[in-house]
Amino acid sequence: MNATQSLTARTGNLFHRYANPGRFLRMGAKLQPWLTWPALVLSAAGIIWGLFFSPADWQQGDSVRIMYVHVPSAWLASSGYMGLAVCSLLSLVWRHPLADLAAVEIGPVGAAITAVCLATGSLWGKPMWGTWWVWDARLTSVLVLFFLYLGHIALIRAFDEPQRGYRAAAILGLAGAVDLPIIKFSVQWWNTLHQPDSITVTGAPTMSTSMLWPLGLTTLGFTLGFGAIVLARLRASVMESRIRTILAASRGRQSTSPAPQPDSAAV
Amino acid sequence: MTHLPYILAAYGLTLGVATVLSVNAAVRLRRARRRLSAIEQPRTRQPS
Repeated sequence: MNATQSLTARTGNLFHRYANPGRFLRMGAKLQPWLTWPALVLSAAGIIWGLFFSPADWQQGDSVRIMYVHVPSAWLASSGYMGLAVCSLLSLVWRHPLADLAAVEIGPVGAAITAVCLATGSLWGKPMWGTWWVWDARLTSVLVLFFLYLGHIALIRAFDEPQRGYRAAAILGLAGAVDLPIIKFSVQWWNTLHQPDSITVTGAPTMSTSMLWPLGLTTLGFTLGFGAIVLARLRASVMESRIRTILAASRGRQSTSPAPQPDSAAV
Repeated sequence: MTHLPYILAAYGLTLGVATVLSVNAAVRLRRARRRLSAIEQPRTRQPS
């Protein structure tokens, strides 16, 4: 076994340690309140702060308040797809059973949040740009992301055999990850109507602190909320899968057990 | 507040989608938990 194979095997063992459904359900039940309650508190605080206490922008007026829901949904649209791509990799390389279920559950939540991102962007664009939509590089690449989510959801359900659906969707999930750097760098690579990033990893934010705080709160709150919803859906999915297994096993036992002989007592 | 209809529509849509997703996940989880415990209970009661 060479070094690469050994690393792949060791990584696979590490991931498979958490593939046990019972262990996952116990861990998920413990983690759920730690995601749900902070998500509710932080999102509520950020939204109230953003709507009523943060200042209006000198150029955009109050429509800048749309940013407090648009930016977190844009962040989650991309990072949700990143999560889906990671699940696809885990499924294709290590055949991780929970990765397939996680990808199934991330898809609809990611598609919904991407739709929110596009819609809130349009609701900001109409008063600011004078139009609901432009075929700008950033907007178009996010629309492509939305279609990738829809394609993933459709592909999983397109096969009678679930494993084939998971595999096909995982390939699309991985291939679609190419869109993520395009979304990120579209405002730098092309001359777009969409403004460049106000917050970067390397530079100081070009936004006032009084706007940065509520934005940080909603971003953190929405991220935890996204995690809480996906976790709850995944726990339900694992339970449903366990129910199907138990029912199939009991049906199997009934069909293999010998049929009662009506005249056995007479023999 | 300027552009109030746009702001209300954006927040209403976001909160609406978040509520639908959360309630759907909670109902599905509760239903699955009840069904699983109903199926598992007779199995655990079986005499060895």
